[in-house]
Amino acid sequence: MLSYFIKRVLAFIPTLIAASMLIFLFIHLIPGDPAAVLLGDTATPEDIAALTRELGLDEPIWRQYIHWFGGVIQGDLGQSLFFKTPVLSVIADGAETSLLLALMTMTWIVIFGVPIGILSATHHGTWIDQLTSGFAIFFASIPTFWLGLYLILFFAVGLGWFPSSGFPSISDDGGWRNLRYLLLPSLTLAAPNAALIIRLVRSSMLDVAKEDHVRTAKAKGLSPAKIAIKHVFRNALIAVAAAFGFTFAALISEAVVTETVFSLPGVGRLVVQSILRRDYPVIQGVILIIVLLYLSINLIVDLAYGWLDPRVSLQ
Amino acid sequence: MALLEVENLEIAVAGQSEWLPVVEDCSFSVDNNQTLGIVGESGCGKSLTAMAIMGLLEQSQVNITNGKIWLDGENLLDMSAGDRRRIMGDTMSMIFQEPMTSLNPVYRIGDQIVEALRQHRKMTSAEYRTRALQLLEMVNIPDFQQRINSYPHQLSGGQRQRVMIAMALSCDPKLLIADEPTTALDVTVQNEVLELMLDLQRRTGTAIILISHDMGVIAQTCDEVAVMYRGRIIESSTTAGLFANVLHPYTRGLLNSIPAIDSETEWLDAIPGRVPMLEEKLSGCAFHPRCSYSQPKCADTLPAALSIGESHLVRCHFAGELEL
Ligand SMILES: Nc1ncnc2c1ncn2[C@@H]1O[C@H](COP(=O)(O)OP(=O)(O)OP(=O)(O)O)[C@@H](O)[C@H]1O
Ligand SMILES: [Mg+2]
Repeated sequence: MLSYFIKRVLAFIPTLIAASMLIFLFIHLIPGDPAAVLLGDTATPEDIAALTRELGLDEPIWRQYIHWFGGVIQGDLGQSLFFKTPVLSVIADGAETSLLLALMTMTWIVIFGVPIGILSATHHGTWIDQLTSGFAIFFASIPTFWLGLYLILFFAVGLGWFPSSGFPSISDDGGWRNLRYLLLPSLTLAAPNAALIIRLVRSSMLDVAKEDHVRTAKAKGLSPAKIAIKHVFRNALIAVAAAFGFTFAALISEAVVTETVFSLPGVGRLVVQSILRRDYPVIQGVILIIVLLYLSINLIVDLAYGWLDPRVSLQ
Repeated sequence: MALLEVENLEIAVAGQSEWLPVVEDCSFSVDNNQTLGIVGESGCGKSLTAMAIMGLLEQSQVNITNGKIWLDGENLLDMSAGDRRRIMGDTMSMIFQEPMTSLNPVYRIGDQIVEALRQHRKMTSAEYRTRALQLLEMVNIPDFQQRINSYPHQLSGGQRQRVMIAMALSCDPKLLIADEPTTALDVTVQNEVLELMLDLQRRTGTAIILISHDMGVIAQTCDEVAVMYRGRIIESSTTAGLFANVLHPYTRGLLNSIPAIDSETEWLDAIPGRVPMLEEKLSGCAFHPRCSYSQPKCADTLPAALSIGESHLVRCHFAGELEL
């Protein structure tokens, strides 16, 4: 188990190196000159050339990569071209918002996705199932930005129950009440993913319900509720766990949209702004961290898999 | 009254547009210390009959349309679902045809064995464990002290079927239904599993319904036999009585096929033709299209159940008249 874990973590390294090369290459293919963007419309070609040299952007791309990568392995992601501060601290500023948003979103996904999915499966074919399936298909198909805008319109602008945008840091002014700023964004982000989990829990449970061992459980005289949870849902969880990996991938791209719609100072919005500013080091840093996160989530999913299904041996 | 009495049981399955009868006018009984064999070709309704007794039919697909099932003098079909569950796994239990898939892959076998016991009897955890060990030892699982913590995929097919038996016996049932418990196992293991069941019956007095499509297995284990063809019992008797005096041409066909022990294809060859599909409406005796003694009368009228001798019943117009 431990050796499996270590092996898997070591396998991150080649993936990260390959990913970092790709990221570097693609970012430098984006048209537009960072120096020109930084200096604005009034800059002369001489100013731009001077700044380009100062930032080291006139060097061949492979040398820039080696320089950058040398920093990365020492834990230094470089300096933001725009903020002139270390990339790590720029990302850290957005991390609080994004992490809290992710946690709240995951909570909603589990709170709504799992019980409604179970309900849908246990009442399959009835109006309850049709209603929940209808809602699930609706929320899975509407775009995130659309839902976000309508929630703002209704609950923030119309009813005034929640703030419509921004997120004052909890660590700065210490109020957990600030979490209400994240309520609408996290619901927006959770809706399509919870809908997917509902569909998935439902269909996996219906599959498991057909298996022979469920009949054995019935023959023992267990109650329908006990069978649904202990024998059907528990086994369906194996397929659902795998989907949490995909959900996470979807979450990252949707978070970018949601943070932009709700003007949240998170990492997602930072990426969008950094692309507009051609702030190469920040983009590279964020994407590298996302790749690392993604690999870790996959590892966690695989570990969960081995724990949920005794037939899987983690070697 | 015997422990279990099935009276005129009728089961229908959902077809394309209507309910199709699969089991009709089915009556039999079994008492403590007795083993009843139900034998017949694939698809004749053996499993459905077993599931109807056990209470496991999927209501949307399969329905009991008529009949009574008495257990200890109570009609199971009149009971509420909750009352029924109190009996399932306790007073009666079942062993299934598919040992490879009938255990839940995510739980240890020890926990699965005592699950019914947990449901029906209050005991301490230590007592449950002791009982699980005792059951595993009883069904001859080697290294049972370690095996109790194994997962199903770590056991062989024969061992899994033993675990299923241990599971079914955990609450000392009065009635054990074994639906082709050995069909999926190889011949040597088959005999061990059958012996085990009979041995347990000698000790506990459990009534057993043994379902099989193999006359050899039935001859070896059962006190009484009911031969089923397309949803009807066409002949029933004590095992000795049946073998001494076969009255139905179909039973003769089954008996002639004993030598081809476990190969289903050879077995089917022993009786010409095939089992008619459920959708095919048949008038008269359902066996007449395949019967070499068939007369015009056979296609017209359904033969009534004739009582011959003490406990021998047969549904054939020419029972006793044929040289079988
Ligand atoms: N859920 C169901 N829906 C529709 N038809 C069914 C269903 N279950 C069984 N049947 C049909 O009912 C008939 C009897 O099935 P049953 O399982 O009782 O046969 P069997 O005698 O146990 O055969 P085998 O030896 O293959 O186990 C078959 O024709 C089968 O196709
Ligand atoms: Mg069957």
